[in-house]
Amino acid sequence: MKLLTHNMLTSNIIKGVTKGFPLQIAATDIKVTEVDFNPDFISRMISKVEWPALCEAAESIGHLGDLPKELDPDYEKNEEFLKKAHHVLLEVEIKEGELICPETGRKFPVTNGIPNMLLNEDEVGK
Amino acid sequence: MASGKRPEHKGPPELFYNDEEARKYTSNSRMIEIQQQMSERAIELLALPEDQPCFILDIGCGSGLSGECLSDQGHMWLGIDISQHMLDVAVEREIEGDLLMGDMGWGMPFRPGTFDGVISISALQWLCNADKKFHSPPKRMYKFFSTLYASMSRGTRAVFQLYPENSEQLELLTMQAMKAGFTGGLVVDFPNSTKSKKMFLCLFAGGPSQVLPKGLGTSSNEMVNKIAYSGTRDRIKERRGKHPKKSRDWVMEKKERARHQGKKVGPDSKYTGRKRKVTF
Repeated sequence: MKLLTHNMLTSNIIKGVTKGFPLQIAATDIKVTEVDFNPDFISRMISKVEWPALCEAAESIGHLGDLPKELDPDYEKNEEFLKKAHHVLLEVEIKEGELICPETGRKFPVTNGIPNMLLNEDEVGK
Repeated sequence: MASGKRPEHKGPPELFYNDEEARKYTSNSRMIEIQQQMSERAIELLALPEDQPCFILDIGCGSGLSGECLSDQGHMWLGIDISQHMLDVAVEREIEGDLLMGDMGWGMPFRPGTFDGVISISALQWLCNADKKFHSPPKRMYKFFSTLYASMSRGTRAVFQLYPENSEQLELLTMQAMKAGFTGGLVVDFPNSTKSKKMFLCLFAGGPSQVLPKGLGTSSNEMVNKIAYSGTRDRIKERRGKHPKKSRDWVMEKKERARHQGKKVGPDSKYTGRKRKVTF
């Protein structure tokens, strides 16, 4: 699972959870793979990403690097910054571990890079 | 789906798409080709802005065949599927998108306004079944559509290729989608052919009003409802309802039908349906 996906993922499908974001990460295996850099896509996604949540997630797995915690207003032109964001968003992947719902503490296992968001019958919201 | 029977009748998707079934999606070239064709058409119907990399959700991504088409066009995608085996195959194939295991009937677990588009190939019909005691298809559909609507950007589209079993299923699906706030409707490609007929549920998530795209092989359909020369009706045609066999009209009608079915048909000329010379 890439951190971009993590930034979009919530646990609000559980009964009683209203926000369910951001999910905490307890990773046991992290892999860094190379992905083609596409500045257009990254700058488009940065406008959608919750930046503080991304920094927090990256920090919790020790891959923050020197990414600024405050978003520069002119980030679209700053290619060096976009490359760093690209690395954190798309290249760092969580292979094994758990995602933890911030409200209920429900754990979603991540195996082989795939988070399992399946719920039990009694956890499904109406 | 290589056999003729409906897979939904055999069991729940997480059990039906077992290791053996998942393998078919990497080894069976016919299945791969059909999946790719449908994915390409679905992406075309999405009408994404040109030269702009988008973030797409693929529901029922399976082994990532449809995602591959998205990657080819320069988009980033996130796939969700319920079958562990299919997802394992997807990981093996080293697809470029990201994967998630989940059940669409329990809602889409995403933040609002995330996706620039949604595609789904042959997955929506699974929602019509109640595989567990506590499943209620209409409720699951509503939950799915309402959470999906929230997770899409305004003015984007969701295109679902589906195989509905009957018109009631289709009606139920469309009704729940409209209830969740979607507009749009059904696009049918080659409606006159049983084999190459394909249905796409094309839904719009808010934004300025959009026009539903036309299905393939339907361009000359409007003519069928009109009578071209009402004054000169053929008596024989009136009596039998069909043209006499081997006549030019009969040949033309056959060709027209084949054209509707999306088959390759030679062009019409003055020689069409003409008798050959008798030669010794």
